[in-house]
Amino acid sequence: MSSGTLYDKVWDLHRVADLPGGSTQLFVGLHLIHEVTSPQAFAALHDKGLPVRCPERTVATVDHIVPTISQTRPFADPLAEEMLSTLERNCANYGIVLCGLGSGRQGIVHVIAPELGLTQPGMTVACGDSHTSTHGAFGAIAFGIGTSQVRDVLASQSLAMNKLKVRRIWVDGQLGSGVHAKDLILHVIRSLGVKAGVGYAYEFAGPAIDLLSMEERMTLCNMAIEGGARCGYVNPDGITFAYLQGRFYAPIGEAWHRALAWWSSLASDPNAVFDDEVRFDAASVAPMVTWGITPGQGIAVDESVPTADSLEPSERPIAEEACRYMDLEPGMAIEGVPVDVCFIGSCTNGRLSDLKAAAAIAKGRHVAQGIKAFVVPGSEQVARAAEAEGLDGVFRKAGFEWREPGCSMCLAMNPDRLEGRQISASSSNRNFKGRQGSSRGRTLLMSPAMVAAAAITGRVTDVRKLISNTATPKRFHQ
Amino acid sequence: MTIEAIPFPHGSIDQVRGRALMLRGDDIDTDRIIPARFLKCVSFEALGDQVFEDDRLELGGSHPFDLTVHQGASILVVNDNFGCGSSREHAPQALMRWGIRALIGQGFAEIFYGNCLALGIPCATVALAQIDALQQAVAADPSQSWGFNLQTQQLTSATGSWDLQLESGPLEMLLSGRWDATSQLVAQDAALKRTMADLPYLNDFVASLH
Repeated sequence: MSSGTLYDKVWDLHRVADLPGGSTQLFVGLHLIHEVTSPQAFAALHDKGLPVRCPERTVATVDHIVPTISQTRPFADPLAEEMLSTLERNCANYGIVLCGLGSGRQGIVHVIAPELGLTQPGMTVACGDSHTSTHGAFGAIAFGIGTSQVRDVLASQSLAMNKLKVRRIWVDGQLGSGVHAKDLILHVIRSLGVKAGVGYAYEFAGPAIDLLSMEERMTLCNMAIEGGARCGYVNPDGITFAYLQGRFYAPIGEAWHRALAWWSSLASDPNAVFDDEVRFDAASVAPMVTWGITPGQGIAVDESVPTADSLEPSERPIAEEACRYMDLEPGMAIEGVPVDVCFIGSCTNGRLSDLKAAAAIAKGRHVAQGIKAFVVPGSEQVARAAEAEGLDGVFRKAGFEWREPGCSMCLAMNPDRLEGRQISASSSNRNFKGRQGSSRGRTLLMSPAMVAAAAITGRVTDVRKLISNTATPKRFHQ
Repeated sequence: MTIEAIPFPHGSIDQVRGRALMLRGDDIDTDRIIPARFLKCVSFEALGDQVFEDDRLELGGSHPFDLTVHQGASILVVNDNFGCGSSREHAPQALMRWGIRALIGQGFAEIFYGNCLALGIPCATVALAQIDALQQAVAADPSQSWGFNLQTQQLTSATGSWDLQLESGPLEMLLSGRWDATSQLVAQDAALKRTMADLPYLNDFVASLH
């Protein structure tokens, strides 16, 4: 059993009571809600005649269903409009802050809470969305919940939980040029598998993690769930504190110093005990691409789609299913596979540094003929910051569409979706069958820079080949 | 087809009876159980008809959930990491509204497992060595009736009996009828206040969200 880890410390501080049956009632410090998983929870609350216990610890935004071309109300899709107006009504009725469209604060829930300074070290964070693990980047214990649990948090600001084991994922070295946090997490999930994290929290630590920016740490923790771990976290440090200082909801003045003192005490102790530990070397990570239908089916861009004999027997059935679905042959190189649609955005990779990395590749080049490429900033703040730097212009000039913020084609609940058998290069987090809005659509997950490279060449491309000659404007044709 | 004759789970869940069907394959994610386009709703009511919509379309009527012999079945047998991916409770809601009242498999994704528990649907595991044999037994006679007894943690039919495992906490919650956690959590408000009074971020450097 773990002891002395950040997870243990935060867990102990948030324990409310032991419940019959052995689970623990855990206080939720920050509850984030959105339009998709909250309406039924509010309805259940209403049916039970219960108030919202801590509306001041609850923050709402709208992200999953919003269109990214025109956000004028009412939305063209009446169902989407109904979902947003239901959220607006619930927030007004219960006194919950809504970061709505045009507020300057709207965006993907896992992008806005960090950028507003809502997510802080040592908190418990819950949201009806599996990518809530993102907030663990700050040294928070953050996890996704279902709608019944959203109801429970609304009613009691707490949850019935079982304590997880803690696996430390220690990463030595340093990521190479053209290699990003997205590549690291795809590499980790490929190595450990998509179910290895069930029952665990993942602590990401080591020299390579210490060097990552907050936005990179968010990408890493965001996809802990794709490895089966409901929460992932990074110990807070100077990079965390520097990111938070001056954010809208961050403490100021004397309170800042008190916060800093406490936050500094939260990191896992040097002699902390972990239930498990695995080690990686960042220098051995290459740009990654998924070839299959789970996020664990990834390979380095210079590798080939695995053949059956290179896989464990237990992995073969789903690998065969994946090759059939993806229309890829075992043994073929992934580099050079043609793509149709290129999507840059999502809670995994829709932040300013992601857009910068993609823009650096797009600058002075042009999207290949026949490729649809679009950029969806993670939030209104990200969009405005990117525009202030002229990134929208760089993308537009290169033939990308520049859109309004939202979840967009990560899960295609809005009009952005694949058609038929289209194949996407996507900076999102899931390559499940049908994920991007077409029941037969195909997804190749990769970093935003790799998506930009694919957009330029029209094919899966090792972005490192474009980095050395970014100064030379080039136009690729299929 | 949505089966409305079987009431949704309520009170103590000590047994689930009915016919069984199986879905082979690891890592069946919640996007497959209920594609995202069906999440555009403010009620769960219609989801029973939409469960596995895309998989069913692909198989043109031969998906287990479409076979006549499985209509009305209430026990779903799966492989490993079932329900991975999105936290959408719409997935177990869709299964429940189709008629599923218990799942048995090698393993379940964590959020899915918790969502099922919150609906009173047990997710029991069976030893790896036994899953193939159990699947064969289920497939051999889809019309046979099974009984899942939570007290004894056994799945029984006329042809045999299988040992299942349920974690002790969820088992206790299901047997006692306390799987709907809201009332228990609300009842601890005094303890909640004590916890809140000790949290540095609510006291030493509080920043109101309003």
